[in-house]
Amino acid sequence: MEATLFYILATMLVVFAILTVTAANPVRSAVFLISALLCMAGFFFLLEAEFVGAVQILVYVGGIMVLFLFVIMLVSVREVEGQRRANRQWKTALVLGIVLSFELVFFVVQGAEVFSADIIDQQFLNLDSQTGNTETVGGLLYSTYLLPFEIASVLLLVAMIAAVVLTQKRL
Amino acid sequence: MRNYFWLIPLFPLLGFILNGGFGLWQVARTGNRPAKPFVYCVACGSILLSLLLSLSCFIALLQLDPHDRVWEFELFRWIHGPALQTVTGDLANFHVSWGFQLDPLSVVMILVVTGVGFLIHVYSIGYMADEEEGFYRFFAYMNLFMFMMLTLVLANNYLLMFVGWEGVGLCSYLLIGYYIDKKSAGDAAKKAFVVNRIGDFAFIIGMLMIFTYFGSLDFTEVFEGVEEMFPTPETLWGPLCWIALLLFIGAAGKSAQIPLFVWLPDAMEGPTPVSALIHAATMVTAGVYMVARSSAIYSRAPDVLFIVAVVGICTALLAASIAMFQNDIKRVLAYSTVSQLGYMFAALGVGAAAAGIFHLMTHAFFKALLFLGSGSVIAALHHEQDMRKMGGLKKYLPRTWWTMGIATLAIAGVPGLAGFFSKDEILWRSFSNPEGHLVFWLVGVLVAGMTAFYMMRMMFLTFHGEERLSPEVASHVHESPSVMTVPLVILAVGSVFVGYLGLPAWLGLGPNVFEQFLEPAFETSYHGAGESVHAAHSTEILLTLVSVAVAGLGIYLAYQFFLKHKEKAARLRERFSGLHSIIYNKYYVDEAYDFLFVSGGTGWGRFFGAKNWGRFLSAFDNNVVDGAVNNSASMTKFVAWVSGLVDIHFVDRMVNLVAETFEFFSTVLRKIQTGLVQRYALFFVIGIILVISFYLYMGV
Amino acid sequence: MVDITHYLVLSTIVFSIGVVGVLTRRNVIIILMSIELMLNSVNLNLVAFSDRLQDPSGQVFAVFVITVAAAEAAVGLGIIIALFRNKATVNVDEIDLMRG
Repeated sequence: MEATLFYILATMLVVFAILTVTAANPVRSAVFLISALLCMAGFFFLLEAEFVGAVQILVYVGGIMVLFLFVIMLVSVREVEGQRRANRQWKTALVLGIVLSFELVFFVVQGAEVFSADIIDQQFLNLDSQTGNTETVGGLLYSTYLLPFEIASVLLLVAMIAAVVLTQKRL
Repeated sequence: MRNYFWLIPLFPLLGFILNGGFGLWQVARTGNRPAKPFVYCVACGSILLSLLLSLSCFIALLQLDPHDRVWEFELFRWIHGPALQTVTGDLANFHVSWGFQLDPLSVVMILVVTGVGFLIHVYSIGYMADEEEGFYRFFAYMNLFMFMMLTLVLANNYLLMFVGWEGVGLCSYLLIGYYIDKKSAGDAAKKAFVVNRIGDFAFIIGMLMIFTYFGSLDFTEVFEGVEEMFPTPETLWGPLCWIALLLFIGAAGKSAQIPLFVWLPDAMEGPTPVSALIHAATMVTAGVYMVARSSAIYSRAPDVLFIVAVVGICTALLAASIAMFQNDIKRVLAYSTVSQLGYMFAALGVGAAAAGIFHLMTHAFFKALLFLGSGSVIAALHHEQDMRKMGGLKKYLPRTWWTMGIATLAIAGVPGLAGFFSKDEILWRSFSNPEGHLVFWLVGVLVAGMTAFYMMRMMFLTFHGEERLSPEVASHVHESPSVMTVPLVILAVGSVFVGYLGLPAWLGLGPNVFEQFLEPAFETSYHGAGESVHAAHSTEILLTLVSVAVAGLGIYLAYQFFLKHKEKAARLRERFSGLHSIIYNKYYVDEAYDFLFVSGGTGWGRFFGAKNWGRFLSAFDNNVVDGAVNNSASMTKFVAWVSGLVDIHFVDRMVNLVAETFEFFSTVLRKIQTGLVQRYALFFVIGIILVISFYLYMGV
Repeated sequence: MVDITHYLVLSTIVFSIGVVGVLTRRNVIIILMSIELMLNSVNLNLVAFSDRLQDPSGQVFAVFVITVAAAEAAVGLGIIIALFRNKATVNVDEIDLMRG
C-alpha cells in the first residue's frame, strides 16, 4: 500500500518537475511547480511528518508560490511565446545534468548497505505513540533549536525589509 | 599433425620457388611472363594450405591439456659450432638447429599471419591485375615474405628467429621497391632496410650476450637459464637489462618505434597490399612478438620494461599527432600503424603481454582492412591518394565504404567491435598493473581520442561531403571487383567478432578466454611483482566509460570539423599555422636525421679527408690567428657588435616574450568572463561533478 | 518494500532536474522556480532520514529550509522586479553587463 502510493507520488513528482522546467509559459510552469510541491507534501505525510507537510502546503504553496504568481503577472506582461526557451548551453547542461544524476545515484546505491544497518535510535525526546508529530517538532524547536528559531525570525524580518527596499521606485 | 606442422612455412617457400623460378626460366626462354592464373593459384594456394594446416594444428592443440600445449620439431642441425666459454665458466657448444616450436603464442601468430595473409593475397589478384611485367615477381616475393614471417614466429631459437627477422626485412625492401622505375620507391626501400639494420645490429649484440650468459640460443634453454640465474628481477642495471635493451632496440627498428619509425611512412611507396600485409598486419608486429616471447627476460628487467612502456606510449602520441594532419590517405594509415604499435609496446612495458598480443590480433584485422579498402579507393580513382581530392565516394564505392567504416569504428574503440576490447584491456592494464602508472593511462586515453578523430576525419574526407574529384577521375569511378571486395567483407566480419575472444572479466561472462589461452606461453615470466592497485571491477567500468566518452568526443569533433563546418578547420589551421606546419612536416625528424647522419655523414667524411684537414689548418692559421693579432681593434668592434646583437635580439626578446605571454593568456582567459551568470553556474556544476568523481575514485 | 534508498534516489533525480532547469532556462523566474525544486528535493532527503532514524531533528531542519526558501524567494523576486524596471527584460542571457 505504501509502496504503491510512493511510486504514484514519485512518478507524479518527477513528471511535474520536468514539466516545470520545460514549460514555455511561466504561469504554466508555476502551476506545475505547485503540483510538484503538493506531491512533495504528500510524501511528507507518507513519511509521518505531518507538521512539515502542513507547513509545506500553507507556506510554500500558499505563500511562496502565490508570490511567484504575482510577480509573474507583474513582469511577464508581454507574450513570451515565440522566444527561445533554452539558452545556448542547453545541450551541455543536459549532459551534465545526466552525468550528475548518474554519479549521485551511483553514490547512493553504492552506500545502500550503510543505510540498511540497524541503527540504535538515539532520541532527543522520549517518544510515545500518544505524542503527536506537531507536538514533537514544536518541543524540539523551542528547546534544542531555539537559537536557530530566533535567528530564522530575524532572517524573515531582513527579507521583508529587503523586499520593500528593493522594489521602491526611488531609493 | 604434431609431426607435420613444420610444413606451415614450407608451402609459401615452395610457392616462391615455383613462381619465381619458373617465372624467371620462362622469361629467359621465351620472353613471356608465366600465365596469370598459374601464378595466382600457386601463390594463393600455398598460403591457403598453410592456413588450413595452421587451423588444424590449432584445433589439435586445443584438445590437449593446457600445460601440454608445446610441440617441438627439429628439421635439421644447422650450425655445429665450437665450444665457447660462457660467463659462468662452463663450455657451451654453439649448436643451432633449424627447429620449430608451436605453443599458444605462436599458434595465435600463425593464424593471424596465414589468415590475413591469405585474404591479402586474394585481394592482390584484383589489385595487381593491371601489372603485365612484374606480377609473378610480386607474388613470388609475397610468398617469400610469408615463408620468412612464418619461420620467424615458429622458430624455437633466437638465431632462426633472426633469420626470419632479416628475411622479412629483405622482402620488405624487395616489395617496397616493387615499382622499379620510381626513384622514390627505391629510396624508400633503401631507407627501410638501412633503418632496420640499425635495429638488427643491436639485436645481434643482444643475441651474442644471451649466448655468453646462458650458453644457448634455444628459447627453452635460455629461459630456464634466466630463471636459474635471475630468480628475482634485477633491481640495478645489470646484464639482463642490457640484453633486454638491445633486443628492444632491434624491435624498435622492426616495429617502427621512436627513434626508428621514419621508414614506415615512406614504405607506403610500395603497392597497397604490401602496406597491408607487411606494414600493418605482420612484419611490424614481429618486434611485439619477440618481446612477448622473451617475457622471461623482460619481466626480470623492470628498468627496461619502463623504457619500453615510455617509448611505446610516446610513439603512440607522436604518431597520432602527425596522423591528424596528413593529407595522403596511406600516410594517415601508416602513422596510425605506428601509433597502434606504440600501444602494443606500452602494453608489453606494463607487463600485460597478453593484452599486447590481443591488440596485435585485432589490429591486424582492421588495419589490413583499412589498407585494402584504401587500396580499393586508390584503384578506383586511378591512383589518386590525396584526400583533398576525394569526397562523396560513398555512393560510388558502397562496399568499400561500409567495410572501411566498420574498421574505422573498430580502431576508434567503439564498444562492441574488436578494437574496443583490446584497446580497453591495454588502457586498463596500463592503469592497474604494478608497473603501470596513471600517466600511461592518461596519455593512452588521449591517443584514443586522437585516433578516433583522425580516423573519422579520413572517413569523412574520403567518403562523405562534397565531391572534390578531378573531372577525368570522376567519370571512371566504380566499385572494385569482387576479388577485392570479398576479402574486405571477410575482414570486416573479423573486425567485429574477433574481439569477443577476449571479453573482459567484468562483463560477468567468465574470465578472459584469450588471456587464459596464452597463459602457458608466459609461464617462465616472473610473476608476483608486487601488489596491483587495489581496484575493483567498478573502477574498470568507470575507466572504460571515460575512454568511450573520449572516443565519442573525438568522433564528434571530427564530424564538426570535417563534415559540418569545414571553414572552422581552415581557420584553425591559419591561426596556429606555425604549430600546424611543424606537425604537418612530421616534426622535421626526417630532415634532422638527414642532416645529422645522411648528408652530415657524407659531409663529415669529406671533411676529415687528409687534404681537407691541411687546408683547414692553414686557413685557420692565416685568417683567424693572424687576423686576431693584426686586427685586434676591429676584433674588439666585432665583439661589441655581437654583444649588441645579443642584447637586442635575445635579451629584449626575452623581456617582450614575458609581456606577450601575459597578454596572450589574458586574451584567452578573458573569454571566460562572459558576464552570463548561467555560464558561471555551468562551471559550478562541472566542478561539483569533478569533486564527486574524486570522491568516487577515492572511495571505490 | 520502500526503503530509504528509494527516497534518496528520487531526491537526487528531482535535484538534477532542478539543476538542469537552472542552467538551461532563459526566463529568470523559471530559474528561481528550479531553485525551489532543488530546495524541495533536499527537504525530501531530510524528512526521509528523519523517518528512518526516528529523529525529529530532520523535520525541524526541513522547516528551517522552508523558512529560508521563503526569505530567499521574496528577496529574489524583489531583485527581479528591480531588474525588470531597469532592463525591461527577464531573460537572463540578455544581461551581460559584467562582461570582460
